[in-house]
Amino acid sequence: MRRVGYTGASDCGTEYVVTVNVLKRVGIFLLVLAATCAFYMGYRQLFLSTGWTWPFKVDQYAMPRLQDIVSRLWEPAATEQPPLAQLLVQRALFTAREAAVGFAIGALVGIAIGVVFHFSNLMRRGFQPYVVGSQTVPILAIAPMVVIWLGGQGLPVWMPVAVISAFLTFFPVAINTLRGLDSTDPRKLELMRSYAASEWSTLWRVKFPCSLPYLFSAFKVAATASVVGAIIGELPSSIQDGLGGAILNFAQYYSLDPSALWATNIIAALLGILFFCIVAVTEHFVVRRAPENVA
Amino acid sequence: MTSAAAVSIRNVSKTFGKGGTKALQNIELDFQPGEFVSLIGPSGCGKSTLLRVIGDLVEPTEGEALIGGKPAHQARLDRDYGMVFQEATLMDWRTIEKNVSLPLELMGWAREKRRDRVRELLELVELTGFEGHYPWQLSGGMQQRVAIARALTFNPSLILMDEPFGALDEMTRDRLNLELLRIWEATSATVVFVTHSIFEAVFLSSRVVVMSARPGRVQKVVEIDLPYPRTTETREDVHFFELATEVRELLRESHSGRDAAPEGT
Repeated sequence: MRRVGYTGASDCGTEYVVTVNVLKRVGIFLLVLAATCAFYMGYRQLFLSTGWTWPFKVDQYAMPRLQDIVSRLWEPAATEQPPLAQLLVQRALFTAREAAVGFAIGALVGIAIGVVFHFSNLMRRGFQPYVVGSQTVPILAIAPMVVIWLGGQGLPVWMPVAVISAFLTFFPVAINTLRGLDSTDPRKLELMRSYAASEWSTLWRVKFPCSLPYLFSAFKVAATASVVGAIIGELPSSIQDGLGGAILNFAQYYSLDPSALWATNIIAALLGILFFCIVAVTEHFVVRRAPENVA
Repeated sequence: MTSAAAVSIRNVSKTFGKGGTKALQNIELDFQPGEFVSLIGPSGCGKSTLLRVIGDLVEPTEGEALIGGKPAHQARLDRDYGMVFQEATLMDWRTIEKNVSLPLELMGWAREKRRDRVRELLELVELTGFEGHYPWQLSGGMQQRVAIARALTFNPSLILMDEPFGALDEMTRDRLNLELLRIWEATSATVVFVTHSIFEAVFLSSRVVVMSARPGRVQKVVEIDLPYPRTTETREDVHFFELATEVRELLRESHSGRDAAPEGT
């Protein structure tokens, strides 16, 4: 699909404007990144030299040097092993697969729940409390059951983790699907009624497209939640190949090697940001709306 | 009384809510095929509600509306009428072509046939070349022309219009009035047109139904005996002003009655 936001303005200035906008965004991003790093290092230096201890005492465990964290990536993960960066990328790819499958399952289940609740008040009243309640159950508490249910069914070992991740992602999607479908412009519905359009036609041709902005807001929340869900899901599932395993491992050796955990956390954050960006870019191409409404 | 009246409104009353506002009271009207009828009245007189009763979008509390002798509900299912609202109500995510062809899609027309029909209609409303544009790239007047084209796609014998030009500026409105008459003459459909512009009602219609408010009743039906085709000169005709004055005075009567009573709803 193509970006339609600019098709109307076919004047030659358009491309120039787009390029400038992209450059501006990249510039702002780099500026903020540099400022954040500078703040971290400045804060660290200030507290080290003054010896202030409030809110916490700064030393190499509380706040490792930034350059140590970065250079740690190129050092061996453990003795006689490839660099930490290589290990973390492998782990991240493993976790990414769990998260992606979890996101897909969660999105489908969430949309289905939203549609059912939209059409049936009875179902909505009856089941909404349980949907909300499901989110108050800690993932760590349901993980063993999921592992047992899905184990030994010929499914990949990481499948239970994907399901745990889906458990976190379906909720925002369900809530926003419902909200999007409920908020369809009543005039558009009246128009469809005047054509004697079927419920299905109205859902597919009007309500769904109208709720796409809501749906994508949910996908953005769900994208990052799916990564967190996958990492947390790995912990009780005793899966060692993902970022969750790496975090658990490096957490145990934190007092010896704090930079390794910090580096792992940065990789995990980057994975979440990557997921978010994929959704944002997809939205950019799928949701067609007037330029003044583009967020 | 002809049985083949394009629209027949039989003793229609509508009350909203239990013991609530009486929007319409005992409306009796018959529109002949090919007529252009305007409904005019103060806000709250139920003219939009009456239009929706004809289109089976609002259920009357009493009485019934018939379209070509059929109950309104059946007529809606048979897609006997096209509707145009005050807002163009176009789908932002569809191109102009796809917006106009929406009703045809619902009716299961083949892609090729749809494209040909859309081309014909865009030519009729003078929007050829805008097929690939999106609604927000068009002015308000152009959007409303798209909505008219959409209402005409399946060649309905009746067109219901709810203040279609109410949100447009006066100059655009005047131009679209002329265009609408041209389209109407080209299609020979019956038009029921809700407006609160006296000049618009008199200029367009063969008959103007003047309504009064709270409850909505038919005050009088005014015959507009100005010859078609009407042109910009019609607007300067002495008789045009006489008729407009008559409608205005009828509206004032219904208004003064309302102003005497304390403000309802």
